[in-house]
Amino acid sequence: MSGGVVEYALRLGDDALIAAQRLGEWSARAPEMELDVALSNIALDQLGVARLMLSYAAESLREATSERGTSEAEAKPYWLDGDEDSLAYLRDAHEFRNCLLVELPNAGPAADFDAPGDFGVTMVKLLMLSAYQVPTYEWLATAGPDRRLAEIAAKARKESAYHLDLASLWTVRLGDGTEESHRRIQAAIDDVWPYGHELFESDEVVEAGLAPDPVEIRSRWLEHVEAVLATATLTRPADGWAPTGGRTGRHTEHLSRLLAEMQVLHRAHPGARW
Amino acid sequence: MARVVDPELRVVTIEELGILRDVSEDPATGAVTVTITPTYSGCPAMDVIRADIRGALAAAGRTDVEVRTVLHPAWSTDMITVDGRRKLAAAGIAPPAPAGTGPVALRLTVRCVRCGSPDTEEISHFGSTACKALWRCRACGEPFDLVKPL
Repeated sequence: MSGGVVEYALRLGDDALIAAQRLGEWSARAPEMELDVALSNIALDQLGVARLMLSYAAESLREATSERGTSEAEAKPYWLDGDEDSLAYLRDAHEFRNCLLVELPNAGPAADFDAPGDFGVTMVKLLMLSAYQVPTYEWLATAGPDRRLAEIAAKARKESAYHLDLASLWTVRLGDGTEESHRRIQAAIDDVWPYGHELFESDEVVEAGLAPDPVEIRSRWLEHVEAVLATATLTRPADGWAPTGGRTGRHTEHLSRLLAEMQVLHRAHPGARW
Repeated sequence: MARVVDPELRVVTIEELGILRDVSEDPATGAVTVTITPTYSGCPAMDVIRADIRGALAAAGRTDVEVRTVLHPAWSTDMITVDGRRKLAAAGIAPPAPAGTGPVALRLTVRCVRCGSPDTEEISHFGSTACKALWRCRACGEPFDLVKPL
């Protein structure tokens, strides 16, 4: 197994993990009980995929380390010999490989810290993420070169199809709803849209053939998202500013705050068990 | 193994739910290997299922047990047995329609598990557990769980 697969498994796993943490913030706070249950269920699905992906990355990192050996002089990250938990709880922000989209706060990219979540922003983020995850998992399950990623993706694609369904339905309901709901979800899509571009960037990991062709995935993504926006009577934002950096560990300050909350217990009580 | 039930759908066994893939015994050592698969990637019941399998085997005097988890082939609600479907319905949980493999998912009428009426509606895609959706019967007014096609 090459380093490329570790890197790609980290990207997919971190996308799912950080998305799960953000969705989990809605638990007991969603606009209605059914949505509370739905968002928590989606968070659980994403967390499940994150665990499978990070376990795979951790196993591969352990194998690579034991084959290669490490010298005393070599700076060795302390999560290198660990498991899924080490990767989730002991890495720092610059070591995460998730896209910026998933780390954006539920209140939106420009909101004050600790502002309460905006349901429209969450639906737009979920629409943009799951419209990317579904075709990506489909490719991995049917045409990807890595067997383990294919097995994980074969399960995840079916789950993400439900997520995409929910996000699409709610985008339509809010867009084609009241004047107020239309105004707010249009503002949400305008704010979040630039973060979609990063999902379709190419680099050596993608070019190595481990990931689907980003041009192909973007065309399927646009086909779905544009159709939903049109049905929702929303205006598709123009393409322009394209913030990036997540895949190489350059994140927004929002990720550090998210990790502080997600990791504090594990770091305060290392190795604690139920 | 026939006695181990799913912790979240307690009327069906793990075999009827289609998550028990294999049970094998090493004739030389007597070691038992049980292979299971998760329903959903994030199914939180997996740890309990593993513990219940060990408990059931321990009760039968088998302590050298390994429980393996496999992902392939991915679980589908089509793997729930006929008996499993019957037991779910009897417990008031609507069994899933065929998941379908074609490009267009076929949406069949969901009948109310209490009064049998086809006049039902989905309240939410997502229900009390990862594998269920929440439905309501317009005829008798009762809400019910549906194991959603996957």
